[in-house]
Amino acid sequence: MMPLLEVSGITKRFGGLLAVSDVGFTVGEREILGLIGPNGAGKTTLFNLVNGVIKPDKGTVKFCGQDITSHPPNEVVHLGLARTHQIVKPLHGMSVLENVIVGACFGRDYLHLRPARKVAMEVLERVNLADHSDKAASSLTIAGKKRLEVARALAANPKLLLLDEVLAGLNPTEIEYMIGIVRGIRDSGISVFMIEHVMQAIMSLSDRLVVLSFGQKLAEGTPLEVARDPQVIEAYLGDPDIATKLKEKN
Amino acid sequence: MILRHPVLYIILAFAAIMVWLPLHGNNVSLREDLILVAIAVILASNLNLMIGYTGYVNFGHIVFYGLGGYIGLYLAAEKGWNLVLAALLAGVGVSLFALVLGLGILRLRGAYFALATIGILVAVQSFVANFDPWGRSTGLYVSFDAYEKLGGARHALWVTYFLVIAVMALSMILSLGIKMSKFGLGLFAIREDEGAAVVLGVNTTVYKAIIYSVSAFLPAVAGALMFYKNGMIDPSIAFEFMLSLEGIVMLMLGGKGTVIGAALGGGLYEKLRSYLLTSPKLSNFHLVIAGGLLLVVVLFAPGGLIGWLYKAVPRSRKVLE
Repeated sequence: MMPLLEVSGITKRFGGLLAVSDVGFTVGEREILGLIGPNGAGKTTLFNLVNGVIKPDKGTVKFCGQDITSHPPNEVVHLGLARTHQIVKPLHGMSVLENVIVGACFGRDYLHLRPARKVAMEVLERVNLADHSDKAASSLTIAGKKRLEVARALAANPKLLLLDEVLAGLNPTEIEYMIGIVRGIRDSGISVFMIEHVMQAIMSLSDRLVVLSFGQKLAEGTPLEVARDPQVIEAYLGDPDIATKLKEKN
Repeated sequence: MILRHPVLYIILAFAAIMVWLPLHGNNVSLREDLILVAIAVILASNLNLMIGYTGYVNFGHIVFYGLGGYIGLYLAAEKGWNLVLAALLAGVGVSLFALVLGLGILRLRGAYFALATIGILVAVQSFVANFDPWGRSTGLYVSFDAYEKLGGARHALWVTYFLVIAVMALSMILSLGIKMSKFGLGLFAIREDEGAAVVLGVNTTVYKAIIYSVSAFLPAVAGALMFYKNGMIDPSIAFEFMLSLEGIVMLMLGGKGTVIGAALGGGLYEKLRSYLLTSPKLSNFHLVIAGGLLLVVVLFAPGGLIGWLYKAVPRSRKVLE
């Protein structure tokens, strides 16, 4: 079967820094692919290359069989590839509902205002923000803003969702809630490609993992395979027994 | 949707009052006062589309008004066109000019965009001051018999007044329509965070160019009418930088981003300005007041009068756009 997203040989250089170097991977239908790696490994840059925020120097990005390399982000969303931001970007002066309506209006279905409002309300229910729909987006807590990011991206009715550290900065209860949301997203038929530092969560959520270090792909495989990989342990995890420990915890 | 919006009826009532006031008792001097108020409302409302809706500060907005004046006067007075047709063509021409210009300069953000708009104003002014068909620095004049077509000069002044009021009402209705539309939602997203807007799917390049072009249309039409009424135009009065700045003061005073606020600020500021200009002690002092006013508004009431009203009476937010 054709993969939903196919990235090959993607490379980006910022001046003297090779931010992402010859990285390739695929995301299949109904799959959760995790992306992990130390700070500065190039994870967010890789996201930016995939959804067109920055243009790669080399390599291609294919989505649903179509070459979307260097397409601007707004076109990428119309094709069904939405994303959230690590540093949340709410539209501050607008209400929570309006934020999500923007997502629905300019997403894959390019809805009119009235149907967009309906979709937005449904999505807000899904991430448990419906009670806050009339509040200003700027008044939400960090957990609320992270959920708003997810809601906005979901409102675009994507086939693939890129989640950039949606668990960072959340407390354990909030993390658990968000994990439930992500599982729900996958169960509704949307593939997920997510960056995460909360190891326990990413290990249990992901079907497969890609490990990035200094812009290069260090390893790829199931969470257990990756966690046992000596290179990954040295570069990132730091504890040879982490795989068994995490497994026991789950 | 828009037909059911209370603000639409506020706009129509406002326009009706503006028509009735000078007509009642044939008060010519009041008419001359009110036409300036209407022009201020037109400029502030259309500037609001850029500053208030899209978040791009345009310091050279007056360039559209001046260019519209030139095109309109040239066609109506020199070429003998019908005034309404000349004004409409001025609007279309200036809008197209803005569209092409916008696709270029709207790549700039923040202070760089603002600087570019000042550059455009200065460049257009110098160009016109050296453009032969438009009379270089002496400008263009309307010969007295050109008014004959509108039934003589006295009648022509009334006709242009009603047309300007119509343009004023259209400016406000346009602002309201955009605010209630999906297009407007995209603009607000750009204002709040352009990076987020593009990732959410808003074609920011096209949206910005369109609104820049739209914000040029009615000021250009108004310029054509106003300078025709005045009977003359020259580069220094057509492209007056101060008027451009005062437009920003009006908008901040009333409340940027709101339909009523832009109009309120435009109207109030113009009344204040004409009072100061005509008072013997304070004449030429109005710019000092404008500067002080801007400072006070930005520091203490960034939402302007309407923002203040929203805070004082939260319910008003639902009614007044």
